[in-house]
Amino acid sequence: MKYKYLIEIAGALMLARWKQTLVAAIGVTFSIALFVALLGFMEGLNNLLDGIVLNRTPHIRLYNDIKPSQQQPIDLSEKYKNYHNYISSIKPANTRIEIYNAQQIINKLKKDDRVEGVAAKITTQVFYNFGNIDLNGIINGIEVNQESALFAFSDYVMEGNYQDLEKVPNSIILGYSAAEIINAKIGDLITVTSTEGEQFYLKVVGFFQSGLVEIDKVQSFTSLQTTRKLLGVNSNFISDIQIKLKNLNEAPALANEYETFFNVNAEDIQTANAQFETGSSVRSIISYAVGITLLIVSGFGIYNILNMLIYEKMDTIAILKATGFAGSDVKNIFITISLSIGIAGALGGLSFGFLLSLGIDSIPFNTPSLPKVNTYPIDYGIQYYTIAVVFAMATTFLAGWMPAKKASKVDPVIIIRGK
Amino acid sequence: MKKNIVLEAHSIFKSFYNPVRVDILKDVSFSLNRGEFTSIVGRSGSGKSTLLYILSTMDTDFTGELIVDGSSVHTKTEKELAAIRNEKIGFVFQFHYLLNEFSALKNVMLPGFKLNKVSQEELEHNAYAFLKDLGIEKLANTMAYKLSGGEKQRVAIARAMINDPLIIMCDEPTGNLDSKNADIVFNIFKELTQTYNKTLLMVTHDLDFAEKTDRIIELDDGKIVRI
Repeated sequence: MKYKYLIEIAGALMLARWKQTLVAAIGVTFSIALFVALLGFMEGLNNLLDGIVLNRTPHIRLYNDIKPSQQQPIDLSEKYKNYHNYISSIKPANTRIEIYNAQQIINKLKKDDRVEGVAAKITTQVFYNFGNIDLNGIINGIEVNQESALFAFSDYVMEGNYQDLEKVPNSIILGYSAAEIINAKIGDLITVTSTEGEQFYLKVVGFFQSGLVEIDKVQSFTSLQTTRKLLGVNSNFISDIQIKLKNLNEAPALANEYETFFNVNAEDIQTANAQFETGSSVRSIISYAVGITLLIVSGFGIYNILNMLIYEKMDTIAILKATGFAGSDVKNIFITISLSIGIAGALGGLSFGFLLSLGIDSIPFNTPSLPKVNTYPIDYGIQYYTIAVVFAMATTFLAGWMPAKKASKVDPVIIIRGK
Repeated sequence: MKKNIVLEAHSIFKSFYNPVRVDILKDVSFSLNRGEFTSIVGRSGSGKSTLLYILSTMDTDFTGELIVDGSSVHTKTEKELAAIRNEKIGFVFQFHYLLNEFSALKNVMLPGFKLNKVSQEELEHNAYAFLKDLGIEKLANTMAYKLSGGEKQRVAIARAMINDPLIIMCDEPTGNLDSKNADIVFNIFKELTQTYNKTLLMVTHDLDFAEKTDRIIELDDGKIVRI
């Protein structure tokens, strides 16, 4: 039997009950629209929250850990070689936090094609002096342009130009909360005391706001050279190498590899921020569950309406069978009806869901901790639209299949004699 | 002579269990020849409609053998039986049973959609020709539910004819019509056998009409009493 005729019969049956058909299609439209908008919104929010931490965190960080040596002098002694020894409360020796041959490591990493970029960094403790009060602080010496390109540094500089860090000697970008406490404005000179006890004057060229107040209270940024001056070290000194990978998931394996290869400590992002992954995936699961429930509910709607249609159209089914339509033809007709409802509903739902997303995207959303965000975040990923369509097709097919099977089993003799 | 037999029934038995066993048909055997106009008569409850539904292959729950155009229905699947009904058997029911969602013309074309042997244009042309023969070509594009009883029955006859079947079966085709329309329909049947050389099998309780057919099979209490 030609598909054209099947569609014609299905179309006529739908037209005869166009109101119910429309209601069923609207049900699908509604659930798909909500599915798409809900997931887009939830994932947008997830990406935003993850971004607060994950975007600024290097995928692998190379550094020298302050740890007591694994090998103590007694291990070297010939005499006690075969003895067990216990040493309690071992203290680390004066470990250098500098990474040996840092420049060679960086050159080597830059040639590794799994690596997207490398940025050197020096971290040191300071005190911000404010009258008689000393505030605890951490100064990060960074390669300004690399840091901005790889870890979105510039996104979090609220006022001032981040490139002034390189241009203006002895300049600093202060954490927003720290600046509020010490009442600093752009162009002011502030005093910081290094851990060595020396005082420096640094010029404020901007403010930094990460979104996490605890960080903004202590963190500040200077150029690598300025930090080296603070520490009084030579111009090769680097304490951290931050690596951004092309594939985030390779981080744990590569961290191990670099650790042995370069003989430094390496920490990967998964170890450092395990809880963020968990939070995002749980939120995703919840929104998928809600979305899929919506689709299933609309599937029940179609099921009900098709069941009603079949009871109303018993005569039609009987006559089709009497004139030579097989059970499978009748089944195909009703599945066609169901799928048409599904396809029409899905198309409507996708466009409506997209509009809904656009709507949410334009609702103002201002929060002091997220300076770059002005409206609610939406993820317009094609995958949500695809999942919605695939799932809608599957539900409508199933919802149509059961009544269609029932219709295919209608015994025409009973209907025709029953009159 | 054997070649001209289109339908054979050999000792057909049929019982309902509802809740006790009731025998509806007992040892019914006969055969139909090509071009014959046969009527099945009998009192209400004599099993004549049941017999017709068995002969039409819609009801396969019986014992005995039914041979349509040389092959037994018991060896066929549901799909093959549907194909037999589509190609070899035309139906006219007491209640006109058109599909209200379609126009008269589309109703006539429906069995042709399933058979799918000729193009849509040709099918439409044939359907229109049948409607014209039956004098209702003006109503071709009228929706089925707007037609009168007599008109509906004529559309149903055209539908039964569309696939050029071997045999046309009618269940009380005039039972629901006034005498004028009943006469029109009966004359159409008569013409079908004479001009188109169709085999007709008609269940009726109207003995006047039955007397005018070539052959009468009379059922009483599930048994053939006259053949």
